[in-house]
Amino acid sequence: MWTWYHKLSSPKWFYQLSGQWLPWIACAAVLFLGTGLVMALAYAPADYQQGNSFRIMYIHVPSAILAQSCYMMMAVAGGIVLIWRIKLAEMVLKCIAPFGASITFLALVTGGIWGYPTWGTWWVWDARGTSMLILLFLYFGVIALQSAINNTSGAARACALLSLVGLVNIPIIKYSVEWWNTLHQPATFKLTEKPSMPMEMWLPLLIMVVAFYLVFTVVLIMRVRNEILEREYKTNWVRKLIDPSADRSIKSSVKNGGE
Amino acid sequence: MYWYSIKSMISRELLIAVRYPAEVLNPLVFFLMVVTLFPLGISPEPQFLAQIAGPVIWIAALLAMMLSLDSLFKNDFDDGSLEQLLISPSPIVMLVLVKVITHWFTTVFPIILLAPLLAMMMQLPDEGYRALILTLLLGTPVISMIGGIGAALTVGLHRGGVLLSLIVLPLFIPILVFSASAIEAANMIMQYDGQLAMLAAMLVLALVTTPFATAFALKISINN
Repeated sequence: MWTWYHKLSSPKWFYQLSGQWLPWIACAAVLFLGTGLVMALAYAPADYQQGNSFRIMYIHVPSAILAQSCYMMMAVAGGIVLIWRIKLAEMVLKCIAPFGASITFLALVTGGIWGYPTWGTWWVWDARGTSMLILLFLYFGVIALQSAINNTSGAARACALLSLVGLVNIPIIKYSVEWWNTLHQPATFKLTEKPSMPMEMWLPLLIMVVAFYLVFTVVLIMRVRNEILEREYKTNWVRKLIDPSADRSIKSSVKNGGE
Repeated sequence: MYWYSIKSMISRELLIAVRYPAEVLNPLVFFLMVVTLFPLGISPEPQFLAQIAGPVIWIAALLAMMLSLDSLFKNDFDDGSLEQLLISPSPIVMLVLVKVITHWFTTVFPIILLAPLLAMMMQLPDEGYRALILTLLLGTPVISMIGGIGAALTVGLHRGGVLLSLIVLPLFIPILVFSASAIEAANMIMQYDGQLAMLAAMLVLALVTTPFATAFALKISINN
C-alpha cells in the first residue's frame, strides 16, 4: 500500500498511471455534466417565485463549492510540499491556483447574473459574495507570488506557506453567513440535512456538483501532466515519450560525449 | 538565557530607527495625507465625516503600515545581517517576534499616537475615541505580524512592494471589519466588548502562530 503511494508521488509513475485513468474520468465527467445539464435545464420544475432564472443555480452553487474545496486542496498540497517536499505536490499546487481563481470568478459572475433578476442588482456587499471576492484575492496573491519567484521549488514552498496562511480565511467564509447575516439566503445545500427544496430540483444539483468535481479532476490531471513534461524534459523517459527513436541517439551522443 | 541576544536586537532596531528617522516619519506623513484626501474628495460636512471617520482612519493606518512593512526585512536582507540572524544560536522564532514587535513600536505606535488628532479633524464623536484607540492597539500588532509573513516571503524579490500588498491585504479584512464595527457601536453608545474580544483573540492567535511562519518564510527566501 505504502509503496503504491510512494510510486504515485514519482512524476514518471503518475504520468503513466494518470494516462490510463484520464479517459475513464473524462467519460464520467462528460456523462455527469450532460445528464446534470439536461435535467437542470429541461426537467427540473421552475421556481414558483423566481421562474426560470433560478436555473443558473446549477452552475453557481457547484462552482462556489468547488472554489472553496480547490483552496483546501491547494493548502493540503502546500502542506505536503512543506513537510515531505514531494515534487508532484509542488506541481499540483502550481496547477490548482489558476483553476481555482477562474472557478471563483465563475461563481461571482453567475451570482451577479442570478442576483440581477432576483434582487434587482448585480452586486450586493453581503457576507458570502464578499468572502468569495476575498477568496479570489487570495488566489490572485498565490498566483502573483508564484510568478514572481524564478526558482521553481522556492516558488512552490513560498506559495505553500501562503496558501496555508490563507486557509485561516476558509472558516471565515463558511461561518460568515452566521456572522454578518445580511441579504444572502442561508446555505440551502447540505448533504447531512433534509434538503429544503424538492427532490426534482435537488437531484440535478447533486449531479452537477459531482460533474464539476470530475471536470476539475480532468483539468487538474491534464495540467499536472503538462507540467511534468515541462519540468522533466531533460529526463530520458520524457525524451523517449516525445520521440521513441531518440533513445538510441541520446545514448550514442552520451557515449560520444564521454569518449 | 537568550536575554542578551533579545536585548541587543531591541537596542539595534531602536538605534536604526533613531539614525534613520525617515523610516518612521514617512509612513506617518503618508497617514496624515491619506486621511486629508477624504474630506477633500468626498465632503467636508461634519455629520457625514463623523460617520466615516473611524473606518477612514483605520484604512489610512493600514495603508501606511503596508509602506513600512516593506522595509521590515529589506535592509537586513540587503546588507546580509538577515543571514547572520538565521545562523545565530538563539531561536530564530523568538528573534523574529522581537524584531516584528520592535518594528511595530517604532513605526506603528507613532501612527496610533497621531490618530486622536486626525479623529478630531474628522469630527469623530467623543464616544468613539476610546474604541478607536483600543481597536488600533489590539488590531495593528496582528497586521504587523501577518504582514511580517508576507514581508519575509517577498524580501528577496525585485518588485516586492506591490506584491506584498497583494498577498497580505486580503488577510487583514477580518480585523478591519471588527474594528470598524466596534467604532460604529461606540458611536451609537452601544457595547463593543464582543468586537474587542474577537480582536484580542486574533492577537493571541497571531502571537503564537505567525512567528513560526515568518521564520520559515525567511528560510525559504534566503534559499531562493
